[in-house]
Amino acid sequence: MLIDRIEASKNPTKHTLVALVENEPGVLNRVSSLFRRRNFNIDSLAVGTTNDPTVSRMTIVVDTSKTNAALVERNLYKLVNVIDVQDLSAVPAVLREMALIKVHVADNQKRSEIKQVIDLFEAQMVDMTPNSIMVELTGNEEKVDSIIKMLEEYGIKEVVRTGRIAMARG
Amino acid sequence: MQLTGSQIFWEVLMQQGVDVVFGYPGGAIMPIYDALYDVEGKIHHVLVRHEENAALAADAYWRATGRVGVCMATSGPGATNLVTGIANAMMDSSAIVAITGQVASHLVGSDAFQETDMTGITQPITKHNYLVTDINDLARVLVEAFHIAKAGRPGPVLVDICKDVQQKMTEYVPVTEVNLRGYKAAKPPKKQEMPRLLSQAAQLIAAARKPIILAGQGIKHADAHAEFIEFVEKSGIPVTTTLLGIGVLNEDHPQNLRMMGMHGEAYVNNAIADADLLIALGMRFDDRVTGNLKYYAKNAQVIHVDIDPSEIGKNVPADVGICASVKDVLRDLTPMIENHAGGYRAWYARINEWRGDTKAHDVMAYELPPNMMLAPQVIRAIWEETGGDITVCTDVGQHQMWETQYFQHRRKNQLITSGGAGTMGFALPAAIGAKFGRPQDEVWAIAGDGGFQMSIPELQTVMQEKLNIKIAVINNSFLGMVRQWQELMHDRRYSSVNMTSPNFVKLAEAYGMCGMRATNVAEAREVIQRAREHNGPVLMEFVVEQETNVFPMVQPGKALNEMTRREKVPLPAAMGGGMEGVRE
Ligand SMILES: Cc1ncc(C[n+]2csc(CCOP(=O)(O)OP(=O)(O)O)c2C)c(N)n1
Repeated sequence: MLIDRIEASKNPTKHTLVALVENEPGVLNRVSSLFRRRNFNIDSLAVGTTNDPTVSRMTIVVDTSKTNAALVERNLYKLVNVIDVQDLSAVPAVLREMALIKVHVADNQKRSEIKQVIDLFEAQMVDMTPNSIMVELTGNEEKVDSIIKMLEEYGIKEVVRTGRIAMARG
Repeated sequence: MQLTGSQIFWEVLMQQGVDVVFGYPGGAIMPIYDALYDVEGKIHHVLVRHEENAALAADAYWRATGRVGVCMATSGPGATNLVTGIANAMMDSSAIVAITGQVASHLVGSDAFQETDMTGITQPITKHNYLVTDINDLARVLVEAFHIAKAGRPGPVLVDICKDVQQKMTEYVPVTEVNLRGYKAAKPPKKQEMPRLLSQAAQLIAAARKPIILAGQGIKHADAHAEFIEFVEKSGIPVTTTLLGIGVLNEDHPQNLRMMGMHGEAYVNNAIADADLLIALGMRFDDRVTGNLKYYAKNAQVIHVDIDPSEIGKNVPADVGICASVKDVLRDLTPMIENHAGGYRAWYARINEWRGDTKAHDVMAYELPPNMMLAPQVIRAIWEETGGDITVCTDVGQHQMWETQYFQHRRKNQLITSGGAGTMGFALPAAIGAKFGRPQDEVWAIAGDGGFQMSIPELQTVMQEKLNIKIAVINNSFLGMVRQWQELMHDRRYSSVNMTSPNFVKLAEAYGMCGMRATNVAEAREVIQRAREHNGPVLMEFVVEQETNVFPMVQPGKALNEMTRREKVPLPAAMGGGMEGVRE
């Protein structure tokens, strides 16, 4: 296992907030419009449903070198559709991101090298064609950054990252 | 009971205690106007001449009464005309509910005739907004809208109602409870945190030698006048107010230094710059009150109380930030502080030293050529002739600032003015809204020649509603405040600030209104007296010196105590050069 288990982000300027919001049309727009209007710098915003169908969960990463995370939290509270805001930077939490990476495969030699990288990172190979491999990886951002860096020399065709999702421990 | 959406609409408004609405009809809101026909007598609809003025009137109605103001308009252009008024309410935390008609729900998104995305447009200028596409949501949404508008820090809420929702029928079940799990009017500090914050605040107060209280309209919104005065008098600490905070403490009160900021008196701004403790209550450190933040109150610690969590630490870091109602905080804090009534002798002496030269800088001290009238003299004359016992609605510009300087506010909440947005054209519709809120009161609109010309059509609303309001137009033939900035900061390059005006007396006559004109102070007094005796609306024009400036002035980018002031008298008696500002 390489580079895993580094739960708390090493980057102290990345602050994680979780907002539980009403699962209603327009709520994502209200949140993103708030960020734009207040000129808040947001690194990533991941939205998804929860076990309660009336509640969605947003994980928001604030770049605190540019934006005061406490002000982001307080402004989120003012939105009528925001039910709760948790600051996960203050508590032990699991922070994760998922990435899909499509890598160019030049020949069999490269293919086996790429497979080694995949194994080393405990990533998955989720699709394969004669000249490409799609890699799926879950981990913290540093881990995702690292595998992308490793795969770059083979030629990356496409990358998608979900942005951080997070949950407090315990 | 089976009711149409439109009938439900008026039922809810009556349930909320609404007795007046300001609006303008059109296609997408016709069913609601049709149902209004049956409730006229219980709810009075004021037909304004432009929807913006409906929103501004509703805003002023709220300020005059503390009851939610309601305005309404049709979809598309009617709705977008409301926008400036809604933004005004947002900036000044006014509780209004704006109702707009919307195209039928199956047409939403199709660019139907007069379709405009109102919830999209107003998202950043409302506390919250709703698009109602299902009649079964209507009553709940309206009740929530009134609740949200008033709760915590007040503000505007827009409800956009599709036309088919207005027409459909459903079983009406009155909604009596609001159940908004997400909405917390304030995010109160955790219970166990409060005593710690209060004792920290009390400690800072006990240690301060040069404290000053910065009072904003949050005190009014919290209905905390009594708690505030008790705190002020027990603490003995001098008070200064924001523009919207004027009226939270009698301006005759010996501890009231009056307004701070860009056009605050020099001794007030000097006091803030020199203070060792700021106690900010229900105010938000707007740039107009702080000047350049880099140099703001550098030696002071800060206690900041506001119901809106996002205001604390936004512009000025707080040493003790308390997110709660000013009323609750003062109730608990006052018993914790020592009685210092009559204290802070040295501090007051310092302030009084600065205060000493105020009169010498005052334009009123100048010897004026006969037949010349200055705008401040008009304000002073209105104050003296009325005994100050009126509701004043000012517009935006120089006259607005002179009103704060030359009208001594002794009555609670007697000034209604557009602060955060600075919306020209506010005074007349505001006076209309205020008169409905305070029918027994003498209500005055004071406007510049520019702002008044933005709201002239509402003269006919005044006539149609038979409203006895007194309208004073202070005519300096310029967009005065912009001209002043051009004079001081753009080398007197007067660009598009010359304002010509119609003959206001004839204009009044055309509306069937009494019109009068004054060109010197004696005439002004007479006009004011006659206007007050006249039982009906009056339009008064006061022709004043054209290039008088409002001083002191903190120019943009300057520190609060780096003010441009008027030269001290004695001066050459002739005007002109002598009226220029000098840098202190
Ligand atoms: C709707 C709107 N447009 C423009 C401005 C910018 N503005 C602020 S003060 C002012 C001049 C106002 O002139 P006038 O109404 O004659 O009043 P005075 O300053 O002369 O007292 C202007 C144009 C504004 N505040 N509001």
